[in-house]
Amino acid sequence: MKVRILIMPKEGLLDPQGRAVMELLTSKGYNIESAKVGKVIEMEVDDSVDIEEIAKKYLVNPLIESYKVEKE
Amino acid sequence: MKFGVCVFPGSNCDYDTYYVIRDVLERDVRFIYHNETNIKDIDILILPGGFSFGDYVRPGLLASKTALMDAVIDFAHKGGIVLGICNGFQILTEAGLLPGALLPNVNGRFICKDVYLRIETKSRILTNKLKRGDVLRLPIAHHDGRYYVDDKTLKDMEENDQIIFRYADKEGNTDNGSNPNGSVSNIAGICNKEGNVFGMMPHPERASEDVLGNHDGLMLWYSLIS
Repeated sequence: MKVRILIMPKEGLLDPQGRAVMELLTSKGYNIESAKVGKVIEMEVDDSVDIEEIAKKYLVNPLIESYKVEKE
Repeated sequence: MKFGVCVFPGSNCDYDTYYVIRDVLERDVRFIYHNETNIKDIDILILPGGFSFGDYVRPGLLASKTALMDAVIDFAHKGGIVLGICNGFQILTEAGLLPGALLPNVNGRFICKDVYLRIETKSRILTNKLKRGDVLRLPIAHHDGRYYVDDKTLKDMEENDQIIFRYADKEGNTDNGSNPNGSVSNIAGICNKEGNVFGMMPHPERASEDVLGNHDGLMLWYSLIS
């Protein structure tokens, strides 16, 4: 099974990368309301692997990040 | 008294720190590698600056999950003194030994310059040769130094005397103009509630000899060994 953990800067926290992307696109004439830069961790795993545990225990810092898990 | 300097793949201030302890302080010191677990001979642990594990995923995250850090966490819980400098501070927050997190600088850039720090704590091991309100000049060199913590925890930290340094100007005023990276409340260094685990973004090991043009960092090392 293929799984992806999508990690984003938490709502309300300033994200300088997202701001830079927004400034670039705005300067090119696009009407952008907001932009955020996060990260994706993609893994091939078998069904026994607890993805939520991996995310919470090892990969996501809940103070500054939010995440969601996608499964294929 | 024996110091240990933790070395992770990508640490790059390890030798500077080792040098200051051995040659300037003239104290016993050894390197401790990331896969070591026996640190029983150590009295004071330093987590040096650098880019451990390439800062992959988040600065400090991967180092915080190593076998050595399990031993460091145990050491800290038993009251051992731990100081994390720069990347070491990031590792300590990721390990849960210190509150808060270090986010990318507000201007999106790597900042390398001298800053002024005002001593905030009334009495902590790291600053017992200094007094509240004293100002030090130390270098910073980081991309992810924006200290973040929620309002409630910040209030608790202030009440518990856990704020060690704030970014200030030469006269000790802590305003927005003296905040280099957007840290909450100008915070540059903190400790845990118990006062045995310290984290700071500035680099005292780069300012501990006159030949380097600045010895303000020495006061912190002398405090630690006093």
